[in-house]
Amino acid sequence: MQKDKLLFLKDKALKLRHDAIEIIGHFGVGHIGGTMSVMDALTVIYYDKANIDPKDPKKQDRDRVIMSKGHAGPAMYAVLGDLGYYPPEWKTTLNRNGTNLPSHCDMNKTPGIDMTAGSLGQGLSAAVGMAIAAKIDKNPATIYCFIGDGEAQEGQIWEASMLAGSRKLDNLIVFLDSNRMQLDGPVESINGLEPIVDKWKAFNFFVQDIDGHDLEAISDAIDAAKAQKGKPSMIVLRTVKGKGASFTEGVANCHSMPIPEEVWRKETGRYE
Amino acid sequence: MTDEKEVRQVMAAGLVEAARKDDRIVVLDADLMSCHSTKCFLEAFPERFINVGIAEANLIGVAAGMAAFGKIPFAFSFAPFATRRCYDQIFISVAYSKLPVKIVGSDPGVMAEANGGTHMPFEDMSIMRAIPKMVCFEPADATMLAKALPQIIDYPGAVYIRMFRKKAEKIYDDGLDFKLGKAVTLREGKDVTLVASGIMVARALKAADELAAEGISARVVNIHTWKPIDEDAIVESVKATGAIVTCENHSTYGGLGSAVAEVVVEKCPAPMELIGVKNSFGEVGKEAYLSEKFGLTVADIVAAAKKAIARK
Repeated sequence: MQKDKLLFLKDKALKLRHDAIEIIGHFGVGHIGGTMSVMDALTVIYYDKANIDPKDPKKQDRDRVIMSKGHAGPAMYAVLGDLGYYPPEWKTTLNRNGTNLPSHCDMNKTPGIDMTAGSLGQGLSAAVGMAIAAKIDKNPATIYCFIGDGEAQEGQIWEASMLAGSRKLDNLIVFLDSNRMQLDGPVESINGLEPIVDKWKAFNFFVQDIDGHDLEAISDAIDAAKAQKGKPSMIVLRTVKGKGASFTEGVANCHSMPIPEEVWRKETGRYE
Repeated sequence: MTDEKEVRQVMAAGLVEAARKDDRIVVLDADLMSCHSTKCFLEAFPERFINVGIAEANLIGVAAGMAAFGKIPFAFSFAPFATRRCYDQIFISVAYSKLPVKIVGSDPGVMAEANGGTHMPFEDMSIMRAIPKMVCFEPADATMLAKALPQIIDYPGAVYIRMFRKKAEKIYDDGLDFKLGKAVTLREGKDVTLVASGIMVARALKAADELAAEGISARVVNIHTWKPIDEDAIVESVKATGAIVTCENHSTYGGLGSAVAEVVVEKCPAPMELIGVKNSFGEVGKEAYLSEKFGLTVADIVAAAKKAIARK
């Protein structure tokens, strides 16, 4: 990756983390942990890879991004707000009465959200359906889908993965946000997912295992996934829950936490 | 008299015909293609038939994703697996997401016969009716299904179709003026109204004949769309007859009887009797045995009609 592009993406990821903290901060509590851990991958997709048009959010040949771990809504809202999918004044309305930015992604409320999610495990099936539909239509769209490592405890993830592998959906790229923490504690201590790579290999995926905060590695992995024919892709993002904020990074209870105004204002001030 | 064609054949042929004109139509099944006679769709449109295997949650999720991409998916399974087994997927990925997935649940109620209690849905319409905006439809025969199909395709939201698979008792001819959500009055009467759906329509008509022989005039109304329900038809029936008996091959908890009662108690209180399954699981057996066991026979309807009239 060229140095100026890398610098641009780094700067963008920083800004988006700032925006996400602010979006959650205005409400005072929210799913900050899983929002911060996917931000680098979202940055690479939206600012380097995806065929999208904020002025035409429903165009039929667009790439789709499905946030199956729907509680990372604020991460999507940071990106979509920055790209101009919705008016800037919405940014202070997360979870407020009548808002268009609900805690969990809603395709009927927020322009740019391609699938409603929140009941875990369901977004990946929808992504598989979209990938099948794109194949039928010979539509060039790439379907990106984010799932959580805790979410992979849902049986539906495996039903969807089996079908994706069986149908050789090479237009589907799944990211597994392996931040190793779920609401009640470490994933491995509750219902362990490892060996993650072997599991998806066994489901006939092309699997890559990368540092989920390394922008170049993410970019290369997406390119390699797109070049892989005849298999869906799984990119395991090894991440840190709450990455990039001093009060959340590596903090055990950061799945959803209260964020007092003085804390987030101090944090966002660091970026300015 | 039974229909010439099985309901499932009419459904499959109707989908093939519609799909020739509308490339949004796709069909999904969870390893029951043979039971739904949809092989003709697979043969006509191999890319547009998705057999997801035995995975009903994924069946619905994939259908939702295809709908979000612009398709009109018809997702088939036996009724308990098409509804109960994947209820949250229908609730969130389809209905809450406002996606036009058409769910076809086959073998309603006692028609599951030898498959028994595990496969015998008495509650599918209750739970589907509880989902906001879900249209719940049970055709009375093949003619009605054929007339309904284009309207179901055109309707821009989710629809649940409770489908009897085999040859139904023939109720309608091609002159049927069918509108989704609009009840059909099959017979006028003045003493009691028999409201029926699915296989119970033929029984309600026979019950009306038996009642007529005893000098009782029974109106017969086919409410095929349980939701949104035809409130006007219910109010009109109460005004005309002053008593109602609902007849469903389904649990009375949350089903057709409940749906009609919700209208009756709010708009036109009148004596009502509910024919349907009362707080029971299914079991294996022939339809006639099961109908007797669960109180779904013509004699049950006749007795209920007299009871309702006596309560006026």
